[in-house]
Amino acid sequence: MNTGNIALDKQTKTFTAKDLVSDQDVRWCPGCGDYSVLSQLQRALPEVGVNKENIAIIAGIGCSSRFPYYMDTYGLHGIHGRAVAIASGLKTARPDLSVWISTGDGDCLSIGGNHFIHALRRNIDINIMMFNNRVYALTKGQYSPTSEHGQKTKSSPLGVIDHPFNPSLLALGAEGTFVARSMDRDPKHLREMLIRMHQHKGTSFIDVIQNCIIYNDAAFELYTNKETKDDNTIFLEHGKPIVFGKNHDKGIRLDGFTPKVVSTDDFSESEMLVHDETCRELAFILAQMSDREGYPSPFGVLLDIERSVYELEVEEHIRISAARSKSTTLDDLLREGHIWEIADN
Amino acid sequence: MATTVETADGKLEKKVDFLEVEDVVIRFAGDSGDGMQLTGSQFTSTTAQVGNDLSTFPDYPSEIRAPSGTLYGVSGFQVHFSSRTIYTPGDKFDTLVAMNPAALKVNLKNVVPGGNIIVNTDAFDAKNLKLAKYDDNPLEDGSLKGYQVFPVPITSMTNSALGHLGMSIKESSRSKNFFALGLLYWFYNRPMTPTLEWIKEKFAKKEIVMKANEIALRAGYNFGETTHIFNVRYNVRPAKLPPGTYRNVTGNEATAFGMIAAARRAGLPGFLGSYPITPASEILQELSGLARFGFRTFQAEDEIAGICTALGAAYGGAMAFTSTSGPGMALKQEAIGLALMVELPLVIVNVQRGGPSTGLPTKPEQSDLWQAVLGRNGEAPVPVLAACSPANCFHSVFEASRIALKFMTPVILLTDGYLGNGAEPWRLPTEEELPDISIPFASDPESFKPYARDEFLSRPWAVPGMAGFEHRIGGLEKQHITGNVSHDPMNHQFMCELRAEKVAKIADDIPEQTVFGPEEADLAIVGWGGTYGAIRAATERLQAAGESVAHVHIKYLNPFPKNLEQVLRRYKTLLVPENNLGQLVYMLRASYMIDSIAYSKVQGLPFAPGEVESKANEILSTMQM
Repeated sequence: MNTGNIALDKQTKTFTAKDLVSDQDVRWCPGCGDYSVLSQLQRALPEVGVNKENIAIIAGIGCSSRFPYYMDTYGLHGIHGRAVAIASGLKTARPDLSVWISTGDGDCLSIGGNHFIHALRRNIDINIMMFNNRVYALTKGQYSPTSEHGQKTKSSPLGVIDHPFNPSLLALGAEGTFVARSMDRDPKHLREMLIRMHQHKGTSFIDVIQNCIIYNDAAFELYTNKETKDDNTIFLEHGKPIVFGKNHDKGIRLDGFTPKVVSTDDFSESEMLVHDETCRELAFILAQMSDREGYPSPFGVLLDIERSVYELEVEEHIRISAARSKSTTLDDLLREGHIWEIADN
Repeated sequence: MATTVETADGKLEKKVDFLEVEDVVIRFAGDSGDGMQLTGSQFTSTTAQVGNDLSTFPDYPSEIRAPSGTLYGVSGFQVHFSSRTIYTPGDKFDTLVAMNPAALKVNLKNVVPGGNIIVNTDAFDAKNLKLAKYDDNPLEDGSLKGYQVFPVPITSMTNSALGHLGMSIKESSRSKNFFALGLLYWFYNRPMTPTLEWIKEKFAKKEIVMKANEIALRAGYNFGETTHIFNVRYNVRPAKLPPGTYRNVTGNEATAFGMIAAARRAGLPGFLGSYPITPASEILQELSGLARFGFRTFQAEDEIAGICTALGAAYGGAMAFTSTSGPGMALKQEAIGLALMVELPLVIVNVQRGGPSTGLPTKPEQSDLWQAVLGRNGEAPVPVLAACSPANCFHSVFEASRIALKFMTPVILLTDGYLGNGAEPWRLPTEEELPDISIPFASDPESFKPYARDEFLSRPWAVPGMAGFEHRIGGLEKQHITGNVSHDPMNHQFMCELRAEKVAKIADDIPEQTVFGPEEADLAIVGWGGTYGAIRAATERLQAAGESVAHVHIKYLNPFPKNLEQVLRRYKTLLVPENNLGQLVYMLRASYMIDSIAYSKVQGLPFAPGEVESKANEILSTMQM
């Protein structure tokens, strides 16, 4: 064990994706999008440069949260909504670990919403993978905080009345420093995003749209089906103009603060909006396009900025505090201030 | 006692003699903004240095600055000091310092007949009298005839003493509490030096305030020297305390120090996850200033995150704590259940306050015993300890940590606002005296099974970073030995019973129940937690009066000490004073089919020894009939 190291421990032993497969049978429904996330994390982690024993996966409750049982790393399957809080404590106590959270739209944004927003503003170096299927699946089909208005579920027979969260916007509003989106049906992109999450110092959040084959099948068909995907999604790349469409025939331009979908017939690539991962304002504008009528949904890294990292500041305070005080033993501490002696009489 | 003497220059001067007394209770009372807590704690600190045994009770409203002059805005600080060993902040006040009419009205009923009342006459104007709901001025209507009233224009004398500093009247009036403190130092023959030193340090950056407070303190003392209103002043000799190095400590400070000590003696980094709540916040505050010990504090976004961050830290190999009070404890219950399911060491400190719901946030109560022992969903046994005095909080949290580590379990420690905010002299332990409470981590990856058991039914601990021990734990039922998820019916029954047995077996690891007084008697007064002082003082008085009475104080509430039933059966009658409606009574009945007499007080106030004594006498008299 190494509790004293400040930075993530460097890798000294290699391992493969196969080494990360636990001896437990995976019990997600056949066809569930969760399999894809599991397999991509198993492929990503051997590439990021940490030892296997320094990886911890923390989860709350829900289909997504069974994830730790299937990874042959350290893992803790917690209680509903609390994964982020548990992980925050673990990372604060053990900055040397690579800490991952598998959570769902209900676990993360509903019952765990408070921990989620506070972790983001603190910028603890934890990685939050939110599996977003827009439904409560493990409780068998009630609506979630990302269910669409009007969506019919077991607890909304006439359609959902709640207005959904836009998870990326929420993360940006909560002062998140790394916000990304990906999908279960694009494993290569997902793996790339997971590696980026590890590289980011501070809280990393990814909204992974993920198909629930039982309770909300085909919810993201528009974005994942080969026929419709290209015309309805954009895959953001830092420093590149935002162009999309089956024939690369569309792009995004800004009209004031408002993004406009334009045709490459009218504007050249160089005239399109250029993605800048370090621009918060742009991240807000792009995040608002997701699931919005008339716009493609953005995937990729919306924002990646640097800010002071919570657990490193904790370490810094320990150092400053130690440097400022001469008293370092318990006996010194208890004898600070007014003390007096009573002699043997 | 006052004699007139001729001084060297031929003037006649009154000399006030000292009256030696054994035991004094003073109550400082004023508006929330009058600085009574500061005055009281300074008096306490000086008194500790004089060498008296002492006990304090700060009693303040939950509003920060309640409207001035009102009855509900009265803030009080009670200090009991003595030349003998004492256990409580005292029953009745020998001296009341009333900074305004409301403070007089609220506290008068607890002044001993003939007791001293020092009043700030400047505050007895029409407006304040009306706010205190006095029709007539009590200083003039003869209603205080049974007391020694000392009218002192504290505010105006402070203002005139500070006149040359060029402060506004409003500013200089703020130092009036130091005038009162100086006067009390004279009255009870205490040195001014410790407070003068404290003022210098505390107000180093505000020179004018430092000056003002220093002058006001001296002015108050000198007023005692020169005034003719006092016929006597008092002296209380140092107490005969066991030899050693002492300091004054509040329960919350002692708890924080105990956490540092436990982490050090466990050889683990310390961690506290906590959300501020009255009256527990001082634990978080104290520890946040002790980062140099490598102790990490995490002010969480809510109570649930307070315990969950602590659990996360425990998972990472820290000696982890969370601190809270009743309402926060209710919110933490689900996570305590998780901690006991994943079998990680974690100490939960509940500084109890008046409940239910928001209840009486600043007032002490003992009504979370059931919540501690019986809370949570499912069959969820958790060891529960209770501290019995401010200084005892140190040893209690250390012992809770020892149990948490040895048995790999969450442990609940109950203290309360009375202990947490109250202070007493503490004979300091040395680090060397404290036992090593470290436990070994798992050592052999080949044979490692996360839910294998040792002789204490404790499971092995392997933390992230240990190569070859990668494993998963969680809130789903665990298969015995392997720790894999299991829904097997017989395994669940087995594991529920195993977890219960593990906690029950802690009884073999804790001290047997001891008794103060006779092994067999007519009456045993049985208590737990913060009632210790009142029961002990009452028992001493009853024993001195020749009554057949013992005191049984239970520090381990779950499991009970294994000889507890046997001990209790030796007494004809059991009286259980509790600041709740009989929670221990219920538990004793449920555990042993032993009945006892509940003496319940839920008034947001601790028991006074006199109350317990009277109740015991009442029971003893019916027994003799």
